[in-house]
Amino acid sequence: MKKLDKNKLILAVAAPLLAIVAALVITSVIIAATGKDPLHAYQVMVDFGSKSDSQVWIINKATPYYLSALAVAIGFRMNLFNIGVDGQYRIAAFFAAVVGGSLTLPGFVQIPLVILVAMVVGAIWAGIAGLLKTTRGVSEVISTIMLNSIGASVIGYFLQDGRLAIKEGNLIHTPYLPDSAHFFEIPTTPKPVYGFVIVAALAGLVYWFVLSRTRFGFDLRTVGRSESAAQAGGVSVKRMVVTSMVLSGAVAGLVGMPTLLGVSYNYGTDFPAGIGFTGIAIALLGRNHPIGMALGALLWGFLERTGTQLEFEGYAQEIVGVIQGVIVLCVVIAYEIVRRYGLRTQQRKVGEELAAQARKSDKAEVTA
Amino acid sequence: MANHDIDITVRRGTVHALVGENGAGKSTLMKILYGMQKPDEGTIETDGEQVSFAGPGDAIARGIGMVHQHFMLADNLTVLENVVLGGEKLHGIGNRARARIKEISDAYGLGARPDVLVEDLGVADRQRVEILKVLYRGARTLILDEPTAVLVPQEVDALFDNLRELKAEGLTVIFISHKLGEVLSVADDITVIRRGTTVASVVPSETSPKQLAELMVGSELPSPETRESTVTTTPMLTVDGLRLSAVDSDGAVRTVLDDIALTIHKGEVLGLAGVEGNGQAELVEAIMGMRDPDGGTVTLDGADITHAPTRARREAGVGYIPEDRHRHALLLEAPLWENRILGHVTEAPNSKGALLDLKAARADTERIVADYDVRTPGIEVTAASLSGGNQQKLIVGREMSHRPKLLIAAHPTRGVDVGAQAQIWDQIREARHEGLAVLLISADLDELIGLSDTLRVMYRGRLVADADPATITPEELGSAMTGAATGHLEHVDDDAHGADGGEGE
Repeated sequence: MKKLDKNKLILAVAAPLLAIVAALVITSVIIAATGKDPLHAYQVMVDFGSKSDSQVWIINKATPYYLSALAVAIGFRMNLFNIGVDGQYRIAAFFAAVVGGSLTLPGFVQIPLVILVAMVVGAIWAGIAGLLKTTRGVSEVISTIMLNSIGASVIGYFLQDGRLAIKEGNLIHTPYLPDSAHFFEIPTTPKPVYGFVIVAALAGLVYWFVLSRTRFGFDLRTVGRSESAAQAGGVSVKRMVVTSMVLSGAVAGLVGMPTLLGVSYNYGTDFPAGIGFTGIAIALLGRNHPIGMALGALLWGFLERTGTQLEFEGYAQEIVGVIQGVIVLCVVIAYEIVRRYGLRTQQRKVGEELAAQARKSDKAEVTA
Repeated sequence: MANHDIDITVRRGTVHALVGENGAGKSTLMKILYGMQKPDEGTIETDGEQVSFAGPGDAIARGIGMVHQHFMLADNLTVLENVVLGGEKLHGIGNRARARIKEISDAYGLGARPDVLVEDLGVADRQRVEILKVLYRGARTLILDEPTAVLVPQEVDALFDNLRELKAEGLTVIFISHKLGEVLSVADDITVIRRGTTVASVVPSETSPKQLAELMVGSELPSPETRESTVTTTPMLTVDGLRLSAVDSDGAVRTVLDDIALTIHKGEVLGLAGVEGNGQAELVEAIMGMRDPDGGTVTLDGADITHAPTRARREAGVGYIPEDRHRHALLLEAPLWENRILGHVTEAPNSKGALLDLKAARADTERIVADYDVRTPGIEVTAASLSGGNQQKLIVGREMSHRPKLLIAAHPTRGVDVGAQAQIWDQIREARHEGLAVLLISADLDELIGLSDTLRVMYRGRLVADADPATITPEELGSAMTGAATGHLEHVDDDAHGADGGEGE
């Protein structure tokens, strides 16, 4: 039994290791093909990425990425592909910004209220896709993509001077949140880390706990593994689809909060977009595991940070995008290879151990 | 090691049966012969020539084909499409392929209808499509993995006729089965495997089912007989006027359950006989709450559960051993202890309140593994790595652990070895003693007759006949299953009477 556990551990480490090595080799070849020195590129990335201002930047960047990955991962564990995290967090952040900008309440009310609005709006937006799937059989992939562009149009409509936004120079944005709605910061040098990183970590913890330690989480994972077995086991699959989409959307609602409550204090035309798609890549990278996704989010931040530096060193600007893509592909492939290998070896091992047991008892019968 | 020191020689133009307990290594041996797995040592020769297979492709090239226990057909394609799928290069996908299929079908009496959708075919027809597929690829040696497990006696006879045709044409058949009577009737040679090694090679004329069974397990042949009645007069499950219609693939509404009425008392085993696809699965799903009936009532121990959700029914004491354990009873890639929680997540010892109790669930899994003799090195291995029989023992253990009032057992010993079969029968009998009501569905008519207190026959969504298990024979039951007989079935000693009714379909 111990041996099997050890094997499991080795396999768990083997997959990311294999992926990283493969990704390094492939990117090296690509960089070399552009006529540059790959080793020097890595040197630059490591040097620049380990500077303290880079570290702060990476953590701040990784926070929304991580939340986005969590939102995607909730769907993944259910075998649902929530591509709509992008639309969900933007429309959530927009309405949270509108509500937050129109009220001035004490911080301990204002901040939770803004966050709650964001989660509810995100949940509703994702819930629509869940309901469409269970009542009309619309694939969540299609409906969430559609909802992304509908969401963008809704925001576009309201984000105009005289509607829900104001004009400031060339920028149009929602009214500023009052000072009481500013989230705390962790004082670090040279720049502070957003306090929302704590919320993100808590969200990761809750994600882990709910999925692996509660009845609800077990039901959710069961549906993800086998819908038919879940149904026979007494899980209402339809209700679970809606519930998990709602939860996924609620977490997606948090994605815009580090920016809204920690940096911009409003939702404007320059509000970061595309984090929902980054979340998909990171959830794949981290294999839906709370710690794996945290590492994935940090790696993503690291690559983006150091990519800018590579440009200064004369490397092609697109190289970081290529590296990111290669890593995700390598991870997906490596995990699949290791998973299959693991299943096969386990099956063989079980057979071997049983045969060994059987032979032993055969001998015992003979001597008895 | 799943196999060691296997010696087997199959003569050309014969049916060679391979018998042995599940987990004895039959499947592994088949995988090696079919190139799905590589042997660590030893050699395989075909036609006197030593060969080594890197994959099934090599085996196919050598004229070896396999008909799997679980059919590998695409339901939404026609027979023709299924046969040519993956073999498009052989005879194209058009008229040449059709002609070839016709030719093979005629040569071996397979009666294939190339343009019928596979989903419209019964089990026996699907099996013939699988055989056709293998022959189409030029196989001269066919491996059939438990081909009779899903068939009624009449269909088994038809299959054996097909096998004899194949043999007559010089083809070789390797036939795996648990059912020793069948093996004796169709095989020319029999090899017995026990604990991964060949223990005997016999010819049918010199052996009996009892001797074969003893060779297989090294002990007495178990029997499903239960003669001491424990039936009480307290109804446990009452189904009344149950109706269910379903939309089939053409969009037409079809009645799958028509006015079903039955009562199972405490301590009673009600056996439901029927050819697969006559509504048994739907009835089970309606009782389990996986389908909502259009009319009628289902009452469990006095409480109306007609529209209750599945979980409430499970909590109220309905145990479920489903027909397709891979689809409905297991999470194949999850460890055994998670499989132990499946279906009973709200019940002790698996959870306390809303939280899982992992420690208790693990401990209880250890207990089930020990009590029900699940052969596994531990509870952290995935369910997929256990043999079919051991998976089934785990499921039976899990369902019995919650002291069900009503057990729905669909083919509880399908694909299970003789030893485990006896054990499962014992457990059902024991629980029945304590007042368990059982709805038993089985294609194994000996099991059905042996275990049941009452027998009902289901045909086209209706309960058409009933019979007394003490007197009825499998053949008589079999003919009622094809719709040839209705009402109360009486055993008749005169074989001529009613024997030709079985060809009704």
